[in-house]
Amino acid sequence: MQALTFKRGVHPPDGKALSAEQPIQVILPKENSELFYPMSQHIGAPCEPLVAVGDHVKVGQKIAESPAFMSSPIFASVSGEVVDIRPMLVPGGATVKSIVVKNDGKMEEIEGLNQGRDYTTMSNEEILAAIKDAGVVGLGGAGFPTHVKLNPPKDTPIDHILINAAECEPYLTCDYRLMLEEPERIVKGLQIMLKLHPGAKGVIGIEMNKPKAIESMTKACEGIDNITVQPLVTKFPQGSEKHLIYAITKREVKSGALPASAGCIVDNVDTVVAIERAICKGRPLMRRIVTVSGKGIKNPGNYKIRIGMTLRDLVDAIGGFNEGANAPVKLIAGGPMMGPTLYTLDVASVKTTSGLLCFTQEEAFIPEERNCIRCGKCVEHCPMGLQPFLLNACALKGDGEGFVKHHGLDCIECGSCSYECPAKRQLAQSIRATKKIEAGKKAAAAAAARAKAEAEAKAKAEKN
Amino acid sequence: MANFVVSGTPHVRSKESIQSIMRDVIIALIPATAMGIYFFGIPALILIAVSIVASVFFEWLYQKLLKKPVTISDLSAVVTGLLLAMNLPASAPIWVPIVGAAFAIIFAKQLFGGLGQNFINPALAGRAFLLASYPTEMTSWTAPVGFSGADAAAVATPLATLKTGVMPDASLQDVIFGNIGGCIGETCAIALIIGGIYLLVKHVISWKIPVLYILTVFVLTAAIGRKGLRVPVYEIFTGGLMLGAFFMATDYASSPRYTERPSYLCHRLWYHHHTDQNFRRLPRRCILLYSDYEPGCTSDRKIHRT
Repeated sequence: MQALTFKRGVHPPDGKALSAEQPIQVILPKENSELFYPMSQHIGAPCEPLVAVGDHVKVGQKIAESPAFMSSPIFASVSGEVVDIRPMLVPGGATVKSIVVKNDGKMEEIEGLNQGRDYTTMSNEEILAAIKDAGVVGLGGAGFPTHVKLNPPKDTPIDHILINAAECEPYLTCDYRLMLEEPERIVKGLQIMLKLHPGAKGVIGIEMNKPKAIESMTKACEGIDNITVQPLVTKFPQGSEKHLIYAITKREVKSGALPASAGCIVDNVDTVVAIERAICKGRPLMRRIVTVSGKGIKNPGNYKIRIGMTLRDLVDAIGGFNEGANAPVKLIAGGPMMGPTLYTLDVASVKTTSGLLCFTQEEAFIPEERNCIRCGKCVEHCPMGLQPFLLNACALKGDGEGFVKHHGLDCIECGSCSYECPAKRQLAQSIRATKKIEAGKKAAAAAAARAKAEAEAKAKAEKN
Repeated sequence: MANFVVSGTPHVRSKESIQSIMRDVIIALIPATAMGIYFFGIPALILIAVSIVASVFFEWLYQKLLKKPVTISDLSAVVTGLLLAMNLPASAPIWVPIVGAAFAIIFAKQLFGGLGQNFINPALAGRAFLLASYPTEMTSWTAPVGFSGADAAAVATPLATLKTGVMPDASLQDVIFGNIGGCIGETCAIALIIGGIYLLVKHVISWKIPVLYILTVFVLTAAIGRKGLRVPVYEIFTGGLMLGAFFMATDYASSPRYTERPSYLCHRLWYHHHTDQNFRRLPRRCILLYSDYEPGCTSDRKIHRT
């Protein structure tokens, strides 16, 4: 099958060889270690704790939830005592109220766990409720609640369910390993999703640099009519939702719209496995696969961890950092193109933690920023068709109006512009910062307009 | 506990740098430079060396005097110096490239903010300045005598002859290989094309500007001609067209980056190419003027455009 792709984009060295051939290893938290469960690990309303300090919790126990539809509950991944509820650092850099559980090492499971069901006999509502009740969110990085994604407005029919297995971020190999080791579960999860949208066809998009994964998934899909494996050109950001949709369906998602508006649902490989576990195994989201890589770590590999472990516990459990010249100087949560840096290892792993990269001095080299030479390479490579050099100039001048006028808010922050820039300008960084400010202003303006409209309507009603 | 570096994304960068781009441009100019020295001998070699040294010196001096970081290591001043020398007649006195380099680097480049902020190509600005100030020195063309030691006789360039509506004596082969009178770096079209292809292969320039420029001249010469003379194949190898199309029209700072713009600019280039009678070396004048059509990308650049 011919490999598909999108326009523009970049080709960073993939760095996957460090961990690609390492089978997934299960890492259990040590006895007496503390696990942190931040109340916001997803897009939407934060959860409220259901437990109090001193309570004993068991594996699989729901410890926090929110009544909002756009939210996702949180489960204990170990058994033990709730020792504190306090703010804790999460990989994105925010400090979030977290439930702290001291692991008693017994891994006692709560009753009612492991009651797998046959999805073919379940109604769509039951499936969606089960997915919501298992706390499944998009594990690719955004953390969009899966039950919301799978239940788009009725007027937007879904005809494609795309499994994002591009894994275009350099270094990360967790999705790759899943495809090699558990292809049947991915297919099963996709079949559950397809049951919700019978008119849709399932497409698993995999970049060409993972031939073994393509082979493995093709084999697992044999004999299933409505699922195909689609090879994709190896190019960053192939795994961006909008670009995956464009590559496979040639449809463009409008500015500010969700994928459902283009008839597509896109989910990451690990998310699909989480759906399968939730329905067929009756286990909520308590674990995830994390790639730990970079030259600064002793044993790069792919690890199945309990969500809530601190990254320090994870690093200690797998043998620690290298010493001397190969000691890490930079820690990145996620991939090197889009992952935020960490200033400490005392960070809770959350549902969306897909990787931890430990870069040595050599890998972490930050080149000096020079004058823009107007070569236009950022424009040539921007996957969104923007003009990053122009947005950068607006950002540096504080010209928010110009920034919005030149579609700065459509930036997906993939970093392709900074990657290509021969003058080594921090384009993506400046654009991201300005985007935050302008998006905030836009939201505030929208809220003000709404409040004004409401006040006017109220005044009108009173007058009458 | 070690302190960890915190920085914005992305954490990996391509190997390409300003220096590597400028190095590629210099490599691409080597064939034409070598042929220029081959045809015009020792005087050409001296002019090239003086021009490069003067350009780098003025960049260094300006940055030192203004206490700015010295950026001569990015090789952009070397490129300016080399291009300036290639746009000089071999008979030019030794002070000509020094004055030209001073104007190019200080006025056209640094005063506007340095690398990337210039609104016109510095080498061409330097040349335009020289041509306007010292027309005699700048238009005394000599025959290519190489290292023979013979006194170079004054000649007219093929383009100048073409403009009078007369077919020049030089054969097509001569204009392609550069065995004609003209500026040091412009005569050997084939060496310039080789250099241009190198830049295309290295993705330093895109094909659009050079191809559209040359094609515009070709098509319109075939269609309209000059004073009844229609020799498009001959014409595209004369004057500084190849040098201009591959190395100067593509100058990053002053060329359009929008893919749809070059076709529009072709009309402009043609217009200046054929109607402007004041400047004898036409392509350079065109490129200088078309810099003005460059969609000034940021509002602060508007002040540079008139």
